[in-house]
Formats: sequence, C-alpha cells, structure tokens
Amino acid sequence: MNLSELLPFTSAVVDQVTNVASDDPIAKRLRELGFVSGEPVRIVARGPIGADPLLVQIGFTRFALRRSEAQRVSIYLDN
Amino acid sequence: MAISGISRIALVGNPNCGKTALFNQLTGSRQKVANYAGVTVERKEGRFTAPSGRVFKLLDLPGAYSLEATSPDEVVTRDICLGRIPGEELPDLIVCVADATNLRLHLRFVLEVKRLGRPMVLALNMMDAARKRGITINRDELQRQLGMDVIETVAIRNDGAKNLMAHIDEMDVPEVHAATHESDADLHTEVRKILAAAVTMPRTTAVVDDAIDRWALHPIFGLMILAAVMFFIFQAVFSWAEPLMDGITEGVTFIGQWFASTLPDGLLRSLIVDGLFAGLGAVLVFLPQILILFLFILVLEESGYLPRAAFLLDRMMFKAGLTGRSFIPLLSSFACAIPGIMATRSIQDPRDRLTTILVAPLMTCSARLPVYTLLIAAFIPNTTVWNLFNLQGIVLFVLYVAGVTSALAVAWFIKRMRKDKSEHALLMELPSYRLPSPRNIAIGLWERAYIFMRRVTTIILSLTVLLWFLSTFPSPPEGATLPAIDYSLAGIIGHFIEPVFAPIGFNWQICIALIPGLAAREVAVAALGTVYAMSGSEDAVAAQLGPVIATQWSLATALALLAWYVFAPQCLSTLAVIRRETNSWRMVAISTGYLFGLAYLAAFLTYHITKALS
Repeated sequence: MNLSELLPFTSAVVDQVTNVASDDPIAKRLRELGFVSGEPVRIVARGPIGADPLLVQIGFTRFALRRSEAQRVSIYLDN
Repeated sequence: MAISGISRIALVGNPNCGKTALFNQLTGSRQKVANYAGVTVERKEGRFTAPSGRVFKLLDLPGAYSLEATSPDEVVTRDICLGRIPGEELPDLIVCVADATNLRLHLRFVLEVKRLGRPMVLALNMMDAARKRGITINRDELQRQLGMDVIETVAIRNDGAKNLMAHIDEMDVPEVHAATHESDADLHTEVRKILAAAVTMPRTTAVVDDAIDRWALHPIFGLMILAAVMFFIFQAVFSWAEPLMDGITEGVTFIGQWFASTLPDGLLRSLIVDGLFAGLGAVLVFLPQILILFLFILVLEESGYLPRAAFLLDRMMFKAGLTGRSFIPLLSSFACAIPGIMATRSIQDPRDRLTTILVAPLMTCSARLPVYTLLIAAFIPNTTVWNLFNLQGIVLFVLYVAGVTSALAVAWFIKRMRKDKSEHALLMELPSYRLPSPRNIAIGLWERAYIFMRRVTTIILSLTVLLWFLSTFPSPPEGATLPAIDYSLAGIIGHFIEPVFAPIGFNWQICIALIPGLAAREVAVAALGTVYAMSGSEDAVAAQLGPVIATQWSLATALALLAWYVFAPQCLSTLAVIRRETNSWRMVAISTGYLFGLAYLAAFLTYHITKALS
C-alpha cells in the first residue's frame, strides 16, 4: 500500500519512495526529508476538504503532503 | 586569546531551526537587509563584537532542507557555501544551526554540509525546549560522532548565544577537508547511528503540539478558528489603525499648511504643499495598517500557526491554481498589494509564486476604501434589507467578494493556460508551536516597515512630483472660466482619453481624476475634489463631494466606477514592485493589460446593465 491509503493514527513503516518520472524532484526531496526505508510513519491529520493534504509524522517532524505526493511513498503496516 | 583568521561567518540550517532568531541574538539591530544580485532572495548581513573586541561579519543564509537545491533560496545557500557567487566571499566558518528537538531531520543537513569539507561548527539550538521535553543529548558523544565542535544555544534567551560567541572568538582556524560524497541513504543511516549513540528521547512529538493541532487542524473547528483569527485581524487592521491614520493625515497636513503659510505664493509652494506633502501623506497614511497587519502576520508566523492555515486552505487554493502558501501574501494584499507581493518570496514553486503575484492586486487593498466609501455614501441608500443587513454594507461586502472571486478565476485561468503542467509540490513542514519572542517581532516589524517605506517613498515621491507637474502646467489663460486643472496637461490628457471611457459612462472629470489616481488610488478622490471644487461650486470641499457627484452623475456611472476600481491597476507602486520581484517587464505588461481589460469589461457591463434596468 502507499501512504495516501494509510488511515490516521495507524503506525506504518516506509518501504521506499518511487519516482513517477525518470527525474522526479519531489521523490528526491521526500527521501531527503527522511522518507527512507525502515522509517516509522503516521498520518496525524487530514485537510478539511477531500481529506487532502495529509499531515504526516516522520521522524520528529510533521510534513503536509498532497495526496499525489504521498502516493509516491510505499509503506507496510507496523505490527 | 587565540589568533584566528575567522572574520566572515555564515549561518546555515534547515527552515524552522531558529537560525534567524540566533542571528538577531548575535547581531542585535546591527543588520543590513538587501537582495542578492539578480535574484529576489533576501540577503541579511550583520556584525557582532566578541568579548575580545574582534568584529565578526555574519551572513544569515536562507533556510534549506538540502544542498541539492530546489528553490532560488536553496540555490543561494548552496552557492555561498561553495563560494560560487561572484562578489560574495567564501565564508571562513560555517555555523550550522540545528533544532535540538528535531535532530532526525536536521542532522542530515549537518552531515550534508560537512561533506563540503569547509570549516564548521554545530549550534545546537532550542536546548531549553529539548530539556523541557525530556530529551537528553550527550554533547561529547555528538561532537565525537560528528567530528566537529557542538555548542548549545537558546536563541530566544538573552544570553542564549553567549557560548557560541565565546567559542567562535577563541577558535583556531579550523582545517579545510576534502569534499566527500555519500548517497542519501548513507546519510540517513549515519543520522540514525548518531542519534542512537548520543540522544535519548521519551517521545517523538511535543504533547503541546498534539493537543493544539487536534483542534487547530480539525476539519470543522480548525476552519472556524481560522475564520475567527482572520476576522479579528481584519477588525484590528481597520479599527486600531484609524486613529493613527487620522493623526498622520492631520500631522502631514499641519506641516504642509505651515509651509503654505510661510512660503510665498507661487510654484515652489504649490510643489511642496500639493506635490510633496500631498504625496507623502498619501503613502504614510497606510503605514499604521501595514504595521498592524505585519505585527499579526509575524506573531502568527513565529508561533507556527501560519503553515497550519496554509494546510487547511491548500486544497481550495490548489483547485484554483494557487497553493496554501499563497494565503499569507493574499491576506497581506488586503492592506496593500506591495507588502503582499513582497511576501510571495516564501512560495517555493516559481509558477505558484508568479500566479500569486499576478492576482494579488485583485485583493481589495485599503487604498480603494476611500473611493468605495465616497461612492457608496453618495449613491447607495442607507437602508436596511430583510430587517438585518445594511444595504451600504452589503455593497461594500460584494465589492470585496468580487475581488476575491475574480482572483480565484484569474488564477484558475492562468493554470489552464500554462504550458508546464508538471506537478506542483506542497511538501510543507508544520513546525512546533512556539511563544513568539518580542525581540524577533520588533526586529521583523522594523525590517518590513523600512523596506516598505524605502520602496514606496522613492517611487511615490518622484511620481507625485511628476503628476503635480502634469496638473499644474500649463497654467490657465487670463479670464479662464473652467477649473485650472482643465487647462493643464492632465486636463488635456483627460479630455483626450474621454472618448475611450465614454462607453463605460465616465465623464471628463472622472477621466482627469484617473490620471493623478495613478500614483495611488485614493488620490483620485482628492483629484475629483479639485476638479469639482473649482468648477463653479467653490465652497465644495472634499467632504461635500458626495452630494455634488450624487446630483451630477447617474447611478450607472457611479456603479461603473466602483466596478472599475475592483480591477483597475491604478497603482504605479504595485507595478514597480511587480517589476522588481519578477525581474520582468513582460509580467508588468501582462498584469497591467489584464487588469485594465477586466476593469473596462466590468465597468462596461455594470454601466449598461444598470442603464437598462433603471
């Protein structure tokens, strides 16, 4: 599954960030911000309209990502 | 005292690491704010005197997440660190600032900067907040792991940068290493290793942030809180500023009159009183509103609320072709488009920034208010509709809504027309909530007021002198019956352009008033006063202008003029700021053209529809 499908306050772990094009600056920036394999991730809030953007807790930081950005991040649930 | 060759220091760090607060703490008011050559990135330089008496030059570089730059800000930061900008010297020492409560993110950037091999130290900032949250950091271990000196700082406390200053003062020239390269995954692995060795953290988030965000970002309550905050700010901007604005008007008029009574009647007196003082007053009068608005924006920015507002509104604004980040610049534009356009610098995507700049003049700035109030009072009956609303109030509200709606429509249109359809990124950090520090707010307020005054006074003063010239020369012939302005160049131009504006119901008096109104919109009211006061009804002063135009204009003309003012780009200072911020005359031409087109169309429709109905 990818990050845009994760329900709020559910713990998950980042698998990887996928480039949607051969040169994808958004994917690159996501990796720089800490979306790398093995990193715990959680949705802590969603925007009021269309549940977009998503507020994502990664590391000690919160980032607002639009759904299209979150779709680049593949995750698995943390059991 | 150690002899060291350090004299130029650069502060770098992630956004929200407290770098600017640290810069303020070190340099106090001894700062110089300008732009880097050729780009609209703010260059902040200051100096400080260390205990030994040595003077250091400090450069506050724009916040960056990575040296792989994705915005003009990050390009500047990277290029300064590499000594790639002509005219900017390579810093002797890089002080990398990291938020002690956000090390997972910030240490990656520290390691990335370290790879450059330049002499550097780490300022571990916000140590007070870290202690409060029970975060313990083993400084010796951190120094060992990072291979650089680590100094704890608390940028918001008065002596919080003392250690850093002393450390720099006593430092030997650090070695320059060769640059190394590691992949991104390696950097993250290294950060995890360092954190495991040197930092213990009871929980990853602050309890306070979680508690506030539960309400501030709530789909319903969050929007209600945002609406309440906006309503309060608007109330404050317009009601608190009023006495100050009256005071400034009276003060400037008083000094102008003193000159008027002292100087002999003649051209010099006219230039000083009608040209310089009228022009200066027209600008200064908006300063209180702008300062109050900036005060609120700075408090919201420092506290960490603004990104939350952007989060709540992003989806709506994105649909219209903007971004959540456009919210602040557009909000500022309600006071004045000039600070609004300046505030677009915080928008990273150049396309989003350009769209925001283009639509900012559509927000109803306070300079339009004098025109609106004059026309509404003269033409709209002061009656109550549905036993609840005041009709005049409704018309004013409709004018504001028309501005916002058309801004969204124009933004949507620009999005449609744009060739580059690649994805716009949001990727916005929501920092921890913080109590704003009065010192940082005072410095920020002073900076913005200074930039505003410097920009506007130079432009407005030269323009008002030009317009004074146009409306004064040539002087009327002997035995002239029409007002003096009618014989001047402005009058000639007014008559010349009248046929163009006749289809939208404007008479020659309005056409003349539009010309001095180019300097600042509200000057049109004063100009109308001049035209009518001198065309027979000599006793009519500005306050009596309303009844005069009420008898001389048709309702259709008045409404058409209102519609015209929703769009008209009658503000040369705004156009000058667009030129500066975009570095492009083409953008100035595009905004002038589309605003005039919309203004003409709206006035045309309003005029003819009103005429058909009445």
